[in-house]
Amino acid sequence: MRQTRSVEIGTGLFVLLGMSALFFLTTQTTGGDDFQAESVYMVEARFENVGSLRQRAPVTMSGVTIGRVTDVTFDPVSLEAVVQFVIDAKFDRIPDDTDASILTSGILGSQYIGLQAGGSDMYLEEGSEILFTQSAIILENLIGKFLVNSGSSDEESN
Amino acid sequence: MTDESDNLIEVRDLTFSRGHRKIFDHLNLTIKRGEVTALMGPSGTGKTTLLRLITRQLIPQQGAIYIEGIDIATLSQAKLYELRQRFGMLFQNGALLTDLSVFENVAFPLLEHTKLSRRLISHIVLTKLHAVGLRGAADMMPAELSGGMARRVALARAMVMDPDILIYDEPFVGLDPISLGVIVRLVRRMNDALGITSIVVSHDVEEIATVADRSFLIADGKVAASGSPDELRTANSELVRQFMHGMADGPVAFHYEAPDYEEQLLGRENE
Amino acid sequence: MRRSVQDIYENSFEFLRTFGAFQLFFLRLLRYSPGIFFSRFDLVVKQVYNTGALSLVIIMVCGLFVGAVLALQAYSNMSVFNAEDWTGVAAAFALVKELGPVLTAILFAGRAGTALTSEIGLMKATDQLSAMEMMAVNPVRRVLVPRFLGGVIAMPLLAAIFSGIGLFGAHLVGVELFQVDVGSFWQQIQLTLEIDDVREGIIKSCVFGVAASLIAVWEGYNAVPTAEGVGRATTRTVVITAIAILVFDFMITAALI
Repeated sequence: MRQTRSVEIGTGLFVLLGMSALFFLTTQTTGGDDFQAESVYMVEARFENVGSLRQRAPVTMSGVTIGRVTDVTFDPVSLEAVVQFVIDAKFDRIPDDTDASILTSGILGSQYIGLQAGGSDMYLEEGSEILFTQSAIILENLIGKFLVNSGSSDEESN
Repeated sequence: MTDESDNLIEVRDLTFSRGHRKIFDHLNLTIKRGEVTALMGPSGTGKTTLLRLITRQLIPQQGAIYIEGIDIATLSQAKLYELRQRFGMLFQNGALLTDLSVFENVAFPLLEHTKLSRRLISHIVLTKLHAVGLRGAADMMPAELSGGMARRVALARAMVMDPDILIYDEPFVGLDPISLGVIVRLVRRMNDALGITSIVVSHDVEEIATVADRSFLIADGKVAASGSPDELRTANSELVRQFMHGMADGPVAFHYEAPDYEEQLLGRENE
Repeated sequence: MRRSVQDIYENSFEFLRTFGAFQLFFLRLLRYSPGIFFSRFDLVVKQVYNTGALSLVIIMVCGLFVGAVLALQAYSNMSVFNAEDWTGVAAAFALVKELGPVLTAILFAGRAGTALTSEIGLMKATDQLSAMEMMAVNPVRRVLVPRFLGGVIAMPLLAAIFSGIGLFGAHLVGVELFQVDVGSFWQQIQLTLEIDDVREGIIKSCVFGVAASLIAVWEGYNAVPTAEGVGRATTRTVVITAIAILVFDFMITAALI
């Protein structure tokens, strides 16, 4: 019984230390560019090929993250990929003729959506659909095209 | 006559084997209320096993054990624990909980089973410790105690719930003459002063003679002899005589089973 | 020939029997756990102290050095690609997902697991468990369950501390020793590491905690009650825990990939 007090203090300290380590790991080591916003509105876009775009991928404009991908699904009727994403409600003057491309961060990085502003006076709002889209560049197709082109340019020079 | 109701514990036709070894073979004995009963026997006859059977830590293959007329094999877990609270057991080496102090060890059953106030518990614990002469050691840890002291603390603990039956498993082993005298005195005094029943398992013929009202000599899985210490000392059986007088050879052989001596020695030389 | 076939048959039967008994033991501990946790919280606290707080020193020291060595290795590899900023990432990944939980569990088995096994085994050998039974106290509830719960609670905390201190060690090597920019060092970690990775590490350490505590308590409770028997049981605790940890590690990693 006499030892109980120091045992309790020791245990308390230990659990505190452990909890702070857990807290540190979960908050300070992850999600550097995680998108946080108080209120958002949802927008949709259709692509021929989404590459490796995943949920929670960033949505950027002029290089700044303004939103996040929430869902990537397939439309069995139109045979297209449908991407749903949310944009911070602060940015409510994005023209509705903005185009959305799937870009790759760095050479081998993960994929994200980059928005390029259009010129329209009408703005995107909840439920809008972006009509101008550019699919992801698939490396294999690129290489294939390159080979075909260099092949035909060889023929031409011959 | 009052004979039947005097039998606190009855062991009837008890048969128990461990693996292939038959330890008890239709064993019969009775323990009378209010007496100090000794269970004696050569090493390895399973005296401790018998204690375990009586407290239902083990279950016999055949036969039954009745406590106050109730077959203990029929008791539910709850009733069994209730019964166990009426026993106090003194283990061979004390079996004190090493991470608790002497006081906490003796208080253990009270803390676990009763809702008595701290003051009352303290009162009871110190009284029991005083009875065994160790009230001053209340704050020591088991590791600091000598063998004799540890055993006395264990006795205090065994008594703390005021049991009806006190069981002593080899209480005299390895004690110096003074501690021996103390324990012997305590066994007898506790039994008489508190009006309880005591069972002493021992092979110490001398000490048992001073303490027991009745003894059972157990050998080969059966009761070889029973009666008061005087009756046993003057018994006719060879086995009893060898045991009681400490003779080196007799029914319990000196030589462990071995092939013929001459053959083994000379046989080797011829190789 | 017939003897060895019979031996194999008997041994596998015995193994199955032991394994089944082990599962039943586990279920028994689980059944008593909620009750003990709430009614004898003081016992659990004491065991969290014994298994967790007393293991802090070894966990922190090893964590620091593991993190430092990972950063050391990572730096020498990353600098070839001029990607020094990524030094921390390699260390962080390895620590949080794998080495944190696994090494902590194995160190735990060595320090706390053996302490549990030998303590319980000794209590068995000196009849303390029998004495408790005689005093109508269930030794499983009073001795085994608090120790089991203590380990289960302590392990995830220890693993988190290991990873945390490891990252600090990596920081010391990367930023202080190799002059990697502190901002990019940590930012790269934050960009690359995801909450799922941390979650994976936490799940692993919880599973390992249950396994290590269970094995330690089982071996102690079932030890042969002699000095030699307890010693052997202690060895078995370390060996079996280590194997179990690595098998579970593989299974969980595969499942979460």
